[in-house]
Amino acid sequence: MLRFDNVSKIYPRAGDHAALRNVTFRVGKGEFVFLTGPSGAGKSTILKMIYMDERPTSGEVRISGYSSNDIRQSDIPKLRRRLGIVFQDFRLLEDRTAEQNVAFALEVTGAPRASIPGKVARALTQVGLASKSTAYPKELSGGEQQRVAFARALVNDPFVLVADEPTGNLDERATRGIFQLLREINASGTAVLMATHNLELVRSSDYRTLELNHGEIVFDSADAAISLAANGDL
Amino acid sequence: MPSFRTAFIAFKRAPLLSALSVTTIAFSLFAFGLFGLVALNIRNALERIEERVEIRAFVADGTSIEDITAAADQIKKYPEVLRVDIVTQQEALARAKKELGEFSDVFESAFLPASLDVKLKEGQRDPKTVQRVADEMQTLPFVDDIRFGEEWIAQLYRLRNIAGVAGAALGLAFAAVAVIIIGATIRMAVLARSREISIMRLVGATDGFIRRPFLIEGAIKGILGGILALLLTYLAMRSLQQYLHFETAFFDQRLATIGILFGALMGLLGSAVSVGRHLRKI
Repeated sequence: MLRFDNVSKIYPRAGDHAALRNVTFRVGKGEFVFLTGPSGAGKSTILKMIYMDERPTSGEVRISGYSSNDIRQSDIPKLRRRLGIVFQDFRLLEDRTAEQNVAFALEVTGAPRASIPGKVARALTQVGLASKSTAYPKELSGGEQQRVAFARALVNDPFVLVADEPTGNLDERATRGIFQLLREINASGTAVLMATHNLELVRSSDYRTLELNHGEIVFDSADAAISLAANGDL
Repeated sequence: MPSFRTAFIAFKRAPLLSALSVTTIAFSLFAFGLFGLVALNIRNALERIEERVEIRAFVADGTSIEDITAAADQIKKYPEVLRVDIVTQQEALARAKKELGEFSDVFESAFLPASLDVKLKEGQRDPKTVQRVADEMQTLPFVDDIRFGEEWIAQLYRLRNIAGVAGAALGLAFAAVAVIIIGATIRMAVLARSREISIMRLVGATDGFIRRPFLIEGAIKGILGGILALLLTYLAMRSLQQYLHFETAFFDQRLATIGILFGALMGLLGSAVSVGRHLRKI
């Protein structure tokens, strides 16, 4: 479903700084994966490569039949419509209500107008915000704003949800709520890739963890489990 | 049409910026319009003067009316000639009396020569053609003298050519300025909405989808600016007319429509260039 093969990313203007070095991993259908590591380790770069905002300097990213080596510019919007993307800073349009923000994601894809209200209501219900559909982002708490962003990401029925520090701006309570929401989304069959600094969150679950440092994968809990099993420790 | 809706929403969201854009477009088109109006009136005036371009061949005394008529028929066959009028001695006298008014009684007998007054077709009134026809008429046996104001015709044409070239050059310069201004206002609109554009991209909007409302916005601004410019030009003409003391012409419906469409085209062009460049950057 999602595959990184020997992916490197070098920024020549930043003095040949390598944001990623020979990164290789796979994510299966419906899997939940944490991406952890210090700031600048390359977590966001990996996520950007998934939605083809960045292309590898060498290696290949394959997602849902598209390859970073030969994807046409005109195919990138088609790919993104099948992904859900969420950020730390929510990225909502301040002058639109919650439901308008969610509807926006359908409008830009040219979805039939009649089908939009129903889908929007379903997505807002899924994230637990049905009662605040006409509120503007300013009138919502941080956790609620992030839920609107999740509803927008989910409204197109993505097969994978890409979340870049989705709890980075939230207090503990809201963080737990959002994480619970992510679990539910994953339980319904959507794969989740979540970059986070929150180690507590990572430890509280047994989801697969990829740890990055200086652009390299230094730990993959899936490999660790395999090697532990091979050693007979598990 | 969601693109139209988005374009109108853009107007509503940034009324000040939109009004500013429309006004700037209006003023650049207004300058264009004023010049166009001057050019139009110069052209109209020149056409009126040009209509009076005439070659007059004075006929030698004693030429029979048959000979004159035969000559007139011959001249009529020249491809450049529109009309030939035979002016007999009596008619020449009557005309002179009329033109001179109170001195009319000075003329008593038929001392003025008869003439053939030749009018040329439209587009054949340039100095070279007039000279050629005059030369040809000179070869007729009983023609005494030919008058056609060669100096005057040449000057008239020079004036018209200068007006034409200056009009085209200034018109193009104003059009370029308008396109640049529209480009700049659309660029401001693109930058003001860069956040929205980046979100649109994330949720899978195509560049064409993102571009369309901006193009519509540019075209609408061009049309509104064009209409405002037309109004300003009209008001300017009306207020200037008090000092000019002669009838000035305004753009007819066809020219006004062309002007507004030109505004729309400039708006579209300015947006296309601006959006194209900035979409690559955002």
